[in-house]
Amino acid sequence: MAKIVGGINVTHVPYIGRAIANNLQQDPYWKPFFDGFPPVRDWLAKVKPDVAVLIYNDHGLQFFLDKMPTFAVGAAAEYRNADEGWGIPTLPPYKGDEDLSWHLIDSLIEDEFDIVTCQEMLVDHAFTLPLELFWPGQHPCPVRTVPINVNTVQFPLPKASRCFKFGQAIGRAIESWDSDARVVVIGTGGLSHQLEGKRAGFINKEFDLMFMDKLVTDPLWVTRYSVPELVELTGTQGVELLNWLTCRGALSGDVTKVHANYHIPISNTASGLLAMQVA
Amino acid sequence: MNGGKQKKVIPGTVLFDGDMARKGYALNKMCFSFNSADNRAEFKADPSAYCDKWGLNAQQKAAVLSLQVLDMLAAGGNAYYLAKLGGIYGLDMQDIGAQQTGVTKDEFKAKLVAAGRN
Ligand SMILES: [Fe+2]
Repeated sequence: MAKIVGGINVTHVPYIGRAIANNLQQDPYWKPFFDGFPPVRDWLAKVKPDVAVLIYNDHGLQFFLDKMPTFAVGAAAEYRNADEGWGIPTLPPYKGDEDLSWHLIDSLIEDEFDIVTCQEMLVDHAFTLPLELFWPGQHPCPVRTVPINVNTVQFPLPKASRCFKFGQAIGRAIESWDSDARVVVIGTGGLSHQLEGKRAGFINKEFDLMFMDKLVTDPLWVTRYSVPELVELTGTQGVELLNWLTCRGALSGDVTKVHANYHIPISNTASGLLAMQVA
Repeated sequence: MNGGKQKKVIPGTVLFDGDMARKGYALNKMCFSFNSADNRAEFKADPSAYCDKWGLNAQQKAAVLSLQVLDMLAAGGNAYYLAKLGGIYGLDMQDIGAQQTGVTKDEFKAKLVAAGRN
C-alpha cells in the first residue's frame, strides 16, 4: 500500500510568484520568507515522495460563483496553470496521477464525502507556488500531483471539524491505495490576513502561532471555533487555514514537527510554513 | 433573507455569504472575465460600456467607475474577484488596503510590519 511520508502546510500569495520570477529570494523583504524553505527541501530530498496530494482553495481561476463545489478532486493526466489576471507568470503544466485520483474518489465517496470530480481543472497560484517553493525551478515538477480544492470563497464554508474529517478520509484513501508510491500531503493558504473591508490588514500573530503549535500536538483544538469565529480571529482570508487542518487530518497518529517558519508580512499576509512527519 | 438567522457581526467585515453572492453576481462575473487579457483590454478601452455588457446595476457600475473598493464590496463584490480588477489598474494589495482603511500606502505597510512585532 502507498505510504504517507508527511504533510507540509504553507502560505500562498500571488506576489510570491513575482518574487521568484524576479529572483528576489535574498532581497531583505523576501529573505525571511524564502529562508524557511531549505530545511523542508532537504527533508523532501530525504523522504523522496512520488506524489503530492495538494489541498488548496481556488481564487477564481477554475471555479466561479456559477458552480461552487465545497470539495472538488482533480482526476486529470495533467493540470494547467493559466492567466489569473494579476500579472504573475504562468507556470508550466503539472503531471497528474489518475490512478490515485480515482482511488481517492472511490474511497472518499464510500466514506460519505460526496466530492465533485474534475477531469479538467485549472490550478492557480495556491497550487503552483507551493510546488515551486518546495522544488524550485524544476520543470516538470518531480512529483505527480492530485489537486483537492476546498471552498473558502463563498460562505458557508465547510466547518473546521468537517475539514479535519475530510482530511482523515483522504489519509485513509491514500493508505489503502494499492501502490508502492510515497505520498506527501500539502495544505496551502493563510495564515491570518484580511484583504477587504475596513478591517483590511488584520493580522493575529498570537492566534497563528498557537494554531501552528496545536496543529502538531492537538489538531482538534481549532475545531472548537465556528467558521465565522475563525474569520474574526484570523481574517476573511486567514480562514484558508482550513486547508492546513485538512492536510493535518490526513496524517494519522502522532506527528512530529520537521521544520516551521513564520514571518509577517508577505504582501498583507502572515506567512507560515510547517512540515510534519508521521512519528 | 437567510431564513431570519442571526449573522455574526465582525466589525469592518462582511462575510461573503449567499446574500452577497446573489447581490454581487454580475459584478463578480465581470471581474471573473478579467482572467482573459482580451477582456482586460476591452474593459480598459471603455469601462462604462464593459460594465453595461456584463449587466452591472447602477450601484455596481458607479463603484467600479469610481474605483472605490468599499463601494464595490457594498455592491456585493468579492475580494478574490475584485483583486483581478485591481490588477488592471496596477493596484497591489497594499494600495487596496490603504484605500479601504483611509491611510497612505506607507502607513498601511507600517501597520503590517508592526503586526509582526507584538
Ligand atoms: Fe489564498
